Amino acid sequence: MSEQNSSGEQYWKANMALIRLCLIIWAVASFGLGILLRPMLSGVKIGGTDIGFWFAQQGSIYVFLILIFFYAIRMNALDKKFGVDEE
Amino acid sequence: MDLKTLTYIVVGASFALYIGIAIWARAGSTSEFYAAGRGVHPVMNGMATAADWMSAASFISMAGLIAFQGYDASLFLMGWTGGYVLLAMLLAPYLRKFGKFTVPEFIGDRFYSQTARIVAVICLIVASITYVIGQMKGVGVAFSRFLEVDTTTGLLVGTGIVFVYAVLGGMKGITYTQVAQYIVLIFAYTIPAIFISMNLTGSFLPQIGLFSEHTASGVPLLMKLDQVVTDLGFKQYTAYTSNTLNMFLYTLSLMIGTAGLPHVIIRFFTVPKVADARWSAGWALVFIAILYTTAPSVGAMARMNLMQTIQTGEIGAPDGNLEYEARPQWFKSWETTGLLKFEDKNGDGRIQYYNDKNTDFAAKAESFGWKGNEMVTVDNDIMVLANPEIAGLPNWVIALVAAGGLAAALSTAAGLLMAIASAVSHDLVKSVFNPNISEKGELLAARLSMAVAIAIAAYLGLNPPGFAAQVVALAFGLAAASIFPAIMLGIFVKRINSAGAILGMLAGITITLLYIFTYKGWFFVPGTEMLANKRENWFLGISPEAFGAVGALINFIVAYVVSMVTKAPPAHIQELVESIRVPRGAGAAVDH
Repeated sequence: MSEQNSSGEQYWKANMALIRLCLIIWAVASFGLGILLRPMLSGVKIGGTDIGFWFAQQGSIYVFLILIFFYAIRMNALDKKFGVDEE
Repeated sequence: MDLKTLTYIVVGASFALYIGIAIWARAGSTSEFYAAGRGVHPVMNGMATAADWMSAASFISMAGLIAFQGYDASLFLMGWTGGYVLLAMLLAPYLRKFGKFTVPEFIGDRFYSQTARIVAVICLIVASITYVIGQMKGVGVAFSRFLEVDTTTGLLVGTGIVFVYAVLGGMKGITYTQVAQYIVLIFAYTIPAIFISMNLTGSFLPQIGLFSEHTASGVPLLMKLDQVVTDLGFKQYTAYTSNTLNMFLYTLSLMIGTAGLPHVIIRFFTVPKVADARWSAGWALVFIAILYTTAPSVGAMARMNLMQTIQTGEIGAPDGNLEYEARPQWFKSWETTGLLKFEDKNGDGRIQYYNDKNTDFAAKAESFGWKGNEMVTVDNDIMVLANPEIAGLPNWVIALVAAGGLAAALSTAAGLLMAIASAVSHDLVKSVFNPNISEKGELLAARLSMAVAIAIAAYLGLNPPGFAAQVVALAFGLAAASIFPAIMLGIFVKRINSAGAILGMLAGITITLLYIFTYKGWFFVPGTEMLANKRENWFLGISPEAFGAVGALINFIVAYVVSMVTKAPPAHIQELVESIRVPRGAGAAVDH
């Protein structure tokens, strides 16, 4: 029982680490590149405007998509690794 | 065939399809009415979630706001997609594992308190009704154009149709219908965008076209657009925001709100497995992203076409502006609805459209003999529907857009009414007032609450507190400030107890509501606002739509502090939290 508990704890820790990583990327792509960092990156040009504008109107959405699928794949693998997947 | 007949045929055919599906998949039992028996594949569920999600605000309103606000409106794009990341990682899999039907059920069980459940129901109803008000504004715009009547009549007709439609089926009927609606609305949105992108830039993909060269002038499209609008005294399209804090909080508020809105969360109760709940959020975002990455192109290109339709020649030249008598048919149609108004201020029979609030441009305008902006009303919500007509696209495309706009408005309004109905009948009547109520009685209560909700929303939709997307943003703020923190803390922090959760939700929603009512009027009744809704009056320059993020922060703090100074939750609750954190053992849903 105690062994199962500690494996449960490890599973949760691994999940937390994964979520933390994903949410950092999430925040950098949208709030960072799309909003706060835009004035600093105004020199980087793309299609008649700057990279910050592109991230605000296109790039952030693509990043979100990749993140969700990445998380789903990694979590489903973690479920199996720790033996907590749905049988 | 003329446009009107064609529009009737296309819209009629799409409606017949939805109603046909709703009847074919009619809900039999209460479990089917709420959660479709949990037999929905993640891809199908993703598509239905996308249709449910993309309402009149996304379809009709958002690109219009982008057209007129440029970069500043990016907050809608990031806010309404970024929330899915939070949903997929912080809520969906755990709520699916928990395995009940509604959000208040989770909050009631996790915080072992009937009071917590009732508070959650109230928060949910407040947010959902605000959301439906925004939808009704969109429904009004769509129906008034479609039937060529004024907006009030359009709204009343639309209300009737939404009501009949939502009462007919439960979740199951709605799930399959929404798949059909998604297909109609995504074609309706992307086909005109592709046409217009080809016209302006020669690029087949609108996502690429936006950042390509404007064929007619040989300069990049966005540069050309910046020039076209600033030449008439408007703000530069790609200009950086003047209020960074507000844009940050507004975006955050929409993201958190997305993950806290009950009609979206409820979708993840309908997938067969926990693993599927994770996939479903991704699939939903795939289908949403198709529209959301197209919207910025629609906005920019619509603005470009609108400006150039009116300013036909050189600025300031006597014949540089469109003659009113020679105005195109779409202009006349929108005049009928009252959402587009022209006033010949200088009596020259031509239309001058410029920014008369720009003092730098005023001297120039005066030297041209212009006496003020003559496009006195240009409702931002008409842009998407008018867009294909402004660009002169074939009639069948215009008819398709009308059908898409109606599909978007109907599907979301119906989904929201479902969420309200289940909150009232399942969480309030059945669990609190009358536990012995029959299935029939419960369904009756559900339908009655739908009727009341839609009547309130239609009444307030007549004088909406903003454009459709802005009203919907208020709803997100309310959900962000109340529901999301409670669920998230419930899953991630075992120590949060009932007192903390209840006081947190109450503090979050009360402060947010008070802030909104201060600037938007008590219960959104026009004329009752305490302060004029403008930036100088806002607290730290935070708009009412952005305040939900502050409300959420207050909710988190109150819930945490109160929980720490009061007793820890009982052992069986801590075990419950342990169990929802792992997927194993997720059975079918249980009704209690």
